[in-house]
Amino acid sequence: MNFLAIVGEALRALRQNRLRTGLTMLGMIIGVAAVVLMLSIGQGAQTKINQTIAEMGSNLFIVVPGATSSGGFSFGSGSIRTLTIHDAQAIAELPTISATAPVISGTAQLNYAAKNWSTLITGTTPDYFSVGNWKIESGTTFTESDLRSANRVVVLGSVTAQNLFGDEDPVGKTIRITNRPFLVVGVLMAKGQSLTGRDQDDNIFIPITTSERQITGNQFPGSIRLMLVQCKSADEMDIAEIEITQLLRQRHRIAKGKENDFTVRNLTALADVATGAAKVMSMVLGAIASVSLLVGGIGIMNIMLVSVTERTREIGIRMAIGANQRAILTQFLLEAMMICFMGGLIGLLLGIGGAWVVSQVADMLIVITLGMIGLAFLFASAVGIFFGFYPAKKAASLKPVDALRYE
Amino acid sequence: MLSIQTNHVGHSLIRIEDLCKSYDLQDASGNTITNQVLFNINLTINQGEFVAIMGHSGSGKSTLMNILGCLDTSTSGSYWLSEKNVAKLTNDELARIRNQKIGFVFQGFNLLKRVTALDNVATPLLYAGVGRSQSRKQALELLRRTGLENFAMHQPNQLSGGQQQRVAISRALINQPPLILADEPTGNLDTQTSREIMLLFQQLNRDQGITIVLVTHEDDIAAYARRLIRLKDGHIIYDKNNNTNISVDKLSRIFPA
Ligand SMILES: Nc1ncnc2c1ncn2[C@@H]1O[C@H](COP(=O)(O)OP(=O)(O)OP(=O)(O)O)[C@@H](O)[C@H]1O
Ligand SMILES: [Mg+2]
Repeated sequence: MNFLAIVGEALRALRQNRLRTGLTMLGMIIGVAAVVLMLSIGQGAQTKINQTIAEMGSNLFIVVPGATSSGGFSFGSGSIRTLTIHDAQAIAELPTISATAPVISGTAQLNYAAKNWSTLITGTTPDYFSVGNWKIESGTTFTESDLRSANRVVVLGSVTAQNLFGDEDPVGKTIRITNRPFLVVGVLMAKGQSLTGRDQDDNIFIPITTSERQITGNQFPGSIRLMLVQCKSADEMDIAEIEITQLLRQRHRIAKGKENDFTVRNLTALADVATGAAKVMSMVLGAIASVSLLVGGIGIMNIMLVSVTERTREIGIRMAIGANQRAILTQFLLEAMMICFMGGLIGLLLGIGGAWVVSQVADMLIVITLGMIGLAFLFASAVGIFFGFYPAKKAASLKPVDALRYE
Repeated sequence: MLSIQTNHVGHSLIRIEDLCKSYDLQDASGNTITNQVLFNINLTINQGEFVAIMGHSGSGKSTLMNILGCLDTSTSGSYWLSEKNVAKLTNDELARIRNQKIGFVFQGFNLLKRVTALDNVATPLLYAGVGRSQSRKQALELLRRTGLENFAMHQPNQLSGGQQQRVAISRALINQPPLILADEPTGNLDTQTSREIMLLFQQLNRDQGITIVLVTHEDDIAAYARRLIRLKDGHIIYDKNNNTNISVDKLSRIFPA
């Protein structure tokens, strides 16, 4: 019997038992859809984290005042004032370091025309934008000379710009920050949420000198909230961390054996932890989905075994009229595989559709790759062959007379 | 094996020597008991014969037919089909023999359920490697000759018993086998339909030289055959020519050649 004819026989058998075929297929559909959905959610989360990390800037340290607390570190421990702008300048001189950006921050009330907006204000240096991987949408950042003269210039985050100006171009306009006029020199490109889920685009940036003297004020002149430190290369991160620590201990005159009054954190290492967590999550999701695929496969085996028993007489008749073992084996195996293949296809479409719905409803990034589709199909066919083979083999190895006599 | 025997049976289609068949059964206490069904059967059937095997229920007729049809194997003894030792054949070769050399007709028709008469008849051709459309064409031609062309698209449960049996006979004939084995082919049919089926067999035997071996309980069915074999408790108790054979010439032809 040629292969096409066997395909025809298998298709006919499936069509004859539509309900059974459909129910069996359902197990496969759900399994494959779940796998695709889970993988795409996992992959999406990973991609999102990778994007955020890339946008955060590479080879970064964050240095904050205060000793390392047992509960990790926090960005906001504002009471301790041990780090200064001069510390930042000194660290920038280290050979392994490419740039530093000291930051003082607070909130401020903004006015433009009749509009009011309250937002986070960051006082920093021009290097902040390159260190933090910020890109300019229009205009420029403020300059070293703005910093030296403590000019009233401001760079707006995209959300802030949108809220104050709408469709108008903010560059060259003057806004009021806590009632002082500032010239808008640039608008940043949107970055989205940070790893911690904060909107990074509702923010304004002014020279740290201007901020200290005119906006946030400072009880301890020269002290800063935190600083970003960028290392020249990923390989030198470990050395750089030691150098920063030594330099700061020297500058702060900390005696041997005494605790640091600052904390150096490797942001890249933190990012790795986040990436690792996302990977584990997508693996767990995938594993859970695989279980449903496995259950679907066992369902197929179950149905095929019932089918073999139910159709024993048919198998006997086919053998009596000349079917050899291979023809019987192929027919039953094909039936199982067709269920898997069709179920896999429908499941794939459902999974992609489901992923789209999730991305719309939950506003999540969903990533579907060709590899994923291939994997789902490979898995579905493997399940079909694996769970279809045993019943098919059972059918084919029946003795014709026994099959024919079967009641 | 004696060489004399091999020589003088040059034209036999079926040759059976000292064939025995027994079944091993478990009794209530788990002991194996052997139930012998066929005892030292010796039988030669030549090409073109029309043989009826008779006997009471349980005498081993079906068992013998299943062995003849390569559906079952004997416990001991030997079976040559077209001079081939069946015991030495592989499963695939046996399947090919069932496909090419033997046409089966059963008491219960044994058509494939929910498959049209046309496709039922065509299936052995598919297993022979012929394409689907060619198979259907030949099947339709055969159905036309058995007067069933209007029922080609009917499924078995939409056909009468006689029609189903004629579909089954068409299926048995499609690969033009030299041998037809029919186990109580008229067992489920009324007298008139039985007569039509028997005439069909007789005609196939007479006009196409097809060897027919059929099992029956009834004397008037056996009367159509030219040789009668009677089994009793697994032994052949007689094997003789049938001189009162009903000739097809005296009756209307229902199967135009
Ligand atoms: N698979 C089997 N296992 C055990 N015993 C069997 C098996 N098949 C047949 N027998 C026994 O073999 C004997 C002969 O059975 P067989 O079917 O050949 O009889 P038969 O002559 O065809 O009878 P009938 O006219 O009723 O069809 C019976 O006693 C039966 O119980
Ligand atoms: Mg019988």
